[in-house]
Amino acid sequence: MKLVIINYGAGNIKSIQFAFKRLGMNAILSNKPEEILKADKVIFPGVGQAKSAIKMLQGSGLDIIIPQLTQPVLGICLGMQLLCNDTEEGNTNGLGVFNVSVKRFSNQVKVPQIGWNSITNLKSKLFNGISENEYMYLVHSYYAENCKEAIATTNYNQIYSSALQKNNFYGVQFHPEKSSYAGEQLLKNFLEL
Amino acid sequence: MLTKRIIPCLDIKDGRTVKGVNFIDLRDAGNPIELAKMYAENGADELVFLDISATLEGRKTMLDMVLKVAKQVNIPFTVGGGITSIEDVDALLKCGADKISINSSAIKRPDLINELSSKFGSQCIVVAIDAKLINGRWIVHLAGGSIPTELDLFDWSKEAEKRGAGEILFTSMNNDGTKNGFANHALNKLSKELNIPIIASGGAGTIQHFVDAFTLGKSDAALAASVFHFGEITIKDVKNKLKNKNIPVRL
Repeated sequence: MKLVIINYGAGNIKSIQFAFKRLGMNAILSNKPEEILKADKVIFPGVGQAKSAIKMLQGSGLDIIIPQLTQPVLGICLGMQLLCNDTEEGNTNGLGVFNVSVKRFSNQVKVPQIGWNSITNLKSKLFNGISENEYMYLVHSYYAENCKEAIATTNYNQIYSSALQKNNFYGVQFHPEKSSYAGEQLLKNFLEL
Repeated sequence: MLTKRIIPCLDIKDGRTVKGVNFIDLRDAGNPIELAKMYAENGADELVFLDISATLEGRKTMLDMVLKVAKQVNIPFTVGGGITSIEDVDALLKCGADKISINSSAIKRPDLINELSSKFGSQCIVVAIDAKLINGRWIVHLAGGSIPTELDLFDWSKEAEKRGAGEILFTSMNNDGTKNGFANHALNKLSKELNIPIIASGGAGTIQHFVDAFTLGKSDAALAASVFHFGEITIKDVKNKLKNKNIPVRL
């Protein structure tokens, strides 16, 4: 199997590569459209700021390529948010795969949310072997609203979508590569999709 | 529900753990990777590595250690000590660190917080503050607590937040090493005045102290070193007690 992690200059992608390595899978880092198109599975990572991330994608034409992919794609953290319609972070338009908007947490809670929170209403093969209310590690100031495409929800001030799915596209707000054994199980499930 | 975090802190010198690490069941307690894996297995929510190397050689070894930790450990970790520039942070994040912490360098040049948070995002910038209660005022100290500044803990914390800090790691010098509990009054005030997570540090001696840091101190996370390293308290026991007190934890 050929697994590609999209390397467009956003965030700590080494950790994702290492997590797959612990599962015995060598992931390739690439920003080349032809290599990404040929992959069996694609990881779309992202840490940092939405607007600058979209600009980096546009710079290499990946903003056009990514929504057209037909193999399983997993967006992680900002990667998931960029697959949504739009985000309040820098009033940025997303890639429009998931039909939902990304908002900023209100100041009624501490922002960013940092730490382990539980995921509930699990609705996908991505969560095989992962129990309801399992804890995952999250670090974020913006969230995707609860919506029809949610395959997991989390509560922080309100219920929001902590995982999304539409056709071959999956997105998780948490960091499976940093979420201990439950996170490793999710990455393993993604490889088995 | 977001859980309260328990964070063991490891002091690293020339790539090795120092300061009384005493685990009988580890082959090599001086090996930070073995210790990190052990803590991750035992329920630590995060880890902090503080580099106290004084030499350039020691710092290079640190990068190598960070890479090894990132390869082998499946929970997040923060690296601090001697970080003064964007280049330092870039190198650590590229080796797989999740967050970095800055202390004296931010006091000497507060713009560093803005530069780092706009380049890498607030979520990976922890501002560590050592402060001591002197005549009713919490005075911020430099260089591991040896040099007093003019800064007040609460003013400086708020400024750090405004400049883009993602978290505050507050060590009370009055409490550190005493094993008499955390500085809960100051922690509570910090937590009320700021809108970013507060990590309590300094003073952990008993399981009840962790309970107090969350109930009285309203902290988001609690950090400790020696009580964990000497096996006086296990993370599991701390978390079981917290759960009994209806404080949300990951078990």
